Amino acid sequence: MAKLEVEIEEIGEVSVQEALSLGLTAGDLLRMYRKLVELRLFENRVEQLYLYEARIQGTAHLYTGEEAIAVGVARAIEGFGYIVSHHRGHGHALAMGIPPKEVMAELFGKETGVVKGLGGSMHVAIDPKRGALWASAIVGSGIPIAAGAALALRYRGERGVVVGFFSDGAANTGAFHEGLNLASFWKLPVIFACENNQWGMSMPARKSVTCGRVAYRAAAYGMPGVIVDGNDVLSVYKATKEAADRALRGGGPTLIEFITYRLKGHGVYDKATYRPKGEVEEWEKRDPLPRFERKLIEAGITTEDRLKEIRDEVAREIEEAVKFAEESEVLRFDQLWEVIYA
Amino acid sequence: MSSGEERILTYAEAIREGLRQEMQRDQSVILMVEDIGAYGGAFKVTKGLLEEFGPERVRDTPISEIAIVGAAIGAAIMGLRPVAEIMYMDFLPIATEQLVIQAAKMRFSSGGKLKIPLVVRTQYSLGRAHAAQHSNFFPVWYMNVPGLKVVAPSTPYDAKGLIISSIRDDNPVLFIECAVLYYGVKGPVPEESYEIPIGVADVKRKGSDVTVVAVSRLVHEALKAAEELEKKGISVEVIDPRTLNPLDRKTIVESVKKTGRAIVAADDCKTGGVTAELAATIVEGAFDYLDAPVVRVASPDMPIPFSPSLENQYMRWAKDIVEAVESIV
Ligand SMILES: Cc1ncc(C[n+]2csc(CCOP(=O)(O)OP(=O)(O)O)c2C)c(N)n1
Ligand SMILES: [Mg+2]
Repeated sequence: MAKLEVEIEEIGEVSVQEALSLGLTAGDLLRMYRKLVELRLFENRVEQLYLYEARIQGTAHLYTGEEAIAVGVARAIEGFGYIVSHHRGHGHALAMGIPPKEVMAELFGKETGVVKGLGGSMHVAIDPKRGALWASAIVGSGIPIAAGAALALRYRGERGVVVGFFSDGAANTGAFHEGLNLASFWKLPVIFACENNQWGMSMPARKSVTCGRVAYRAAAYGMPGVIVDGNDVLSVYKATKEAADRALRGGGPTLIEFITYRLKGHGVYDKATYRPKGEVEEWEKRDPLPRFERKLIEAGITTEDRLKEIRDEVAREIEEAVKFAEESEVLRFDQLWEVIYA
Repeated sequence: MSSGEERILTYAEAIREGLRQEMQRDQSVILMVEDIGAYGGAFKVTKGLLEEFGPERVRDTPISEIAIVGAAIGAAIMGLRPVAEIMYMDFLPIATEQLVIQAAKMRFSSGGKLKIPLVVRTQYSLGRAHAAQHSNFFPVWYMNVPGLKVVAPSTPYDAKGLIISSIRDDNPVLFIECAVLYYGVKGPVPEESYEIPIGVADVKRKGSDVTVVAVSRLVHEALKAAEELEKKGISVEVIDPRTLNPLDRKTIVESVKKTGRAIVAADDCKTGGVTAELAATIVEGAFDYLDAPVVRVASPDMPIPFSPSLENQYMRWAKDIVEAVESIV
């Protein structure tokens, strides 16, 4: 009987020592910590603004718990990488360097927002000059688009990679399967970054991903599959760097499954009562922020006091972002006619 | 219309020439087509382009409509000018989400940050005995989408000029060809490159008694009908919108104001069809000038039958247009 070989690389926790050997400096590590904090505090503030202050309308899908992925990926592709984001994209936007005030103003629907208040929460990670190409709110649809962006890089002979973000639920769409196959067919410099946060709304990944692991599907499309501790920012960095190096060498696409957890409900208003008792608490023990703090302190990179200073600084920045968003104006309706066609 | 040009090309050759000239002019133009390799494209419209431009620019694809359009979008937002081909319009619904919910919204939802210079070429095969899943013309599904342009040329001259302007356009364009016209219609086509502006209708024949607004294949039926009606002393003006979104309402309305009578004709089904939009345009813009009701010549509201004689009865022809005109003059 013929057999499909499924060879999966697994990347577990990466030590500070190893990270330094991979080319990150102590300064880089602190900047990554600062980003993690920015993503976390931003989402905490957004949750408040929705639930307790009712200052934002519509919906928002919080990235809480998944921060290590966006931050690790963004650092690994800095200077030559692009991303395609999705409905849970606040973290992607911030990690790619879009200022918190622009992201916040977008959530408020203001003209100073990343996309002028026309996109809202599900379309904040769109700023091509910072490498954020597009954010699809249709699950899975960004995957072939990421492949196409990579085709443009390859075609022009530019040194670059595209990271297409999606989560476990998206791995069951047709766009995923067609997109991966086409990317492999053309050997494109693209990284398919699955943020397996264990849930697709109320559907558990352990049920919907019928072959057990999203990464196994890489074998079906002739590309390497990698499973990574997605709550360790340094593992994320390492795995992404490996995949990016391969892509830059002309080795084609990689599917990385980052194992993580959606610490909040699907959207801000979802109480997520469908989750088994104790699951959240279990994953809180693996929360990427305290984990990274411990590692940095234990490795002697920094002190608790310095980390606290960073957290306070970021908290002030987020407050300023809220103020900026609040004080900004909404686009005039007649201005909308100008942005339908180029 | 073109002047006294000698060169006569088929509709397929005209499109091919437009594609080739744009590819020669602009390195950023690439094609993505199923079966372009050994096969030369299902209708040979792209024949010879692989040999001329190589496999990096003329890309053979797997049967993955979502990924073809998706990848073309990704390449477009990165600055290429991809032309993706969907072999039959019947297969476009598979990739419609990419075209309609992704490409068409990108300019707007990015607050004007993105440009999407994308062309999706497709064709409808009504009249080729291809049955209900290989014959459909569905333009209204796409006309109803702000952010997308929809083009449907009827002559070789228009097809060449419009494929060139579609490629140069910075917006997503759905370019709908008609398969029976590929080798069934010939006409003068200048050798040099030229653009036809998207959003400008063409008066294919001047007349004074009645306006016939016809789309794609039915433009030719309308012209035949006009000849026949002329013999009966009825002067017919034939207007080809050429592009369905934007639609040149002004040219249509002005003509009806002059003639006072209108027939609208297209190869899609009647209910919610192109003819509904054309009739509404006339009623909105020229109601006071109308001397008779606007009559629609459209496909019946049924799936397309295979049996050639049944398909023939399903389709609209010059005689149907003649009948419609005679019913209101
Ligand atoms: C094609 C499509 N189907 C359904 C939805 C509604 N929806 C939005 S997010 C979501 C869950 C997606 O799960 P997953 O891909 O795991 O992403 P996550 O929310 O976990 O980040 C669903 C069902 C959608 N936006 N698009
Ligand atoms: Mg998920």
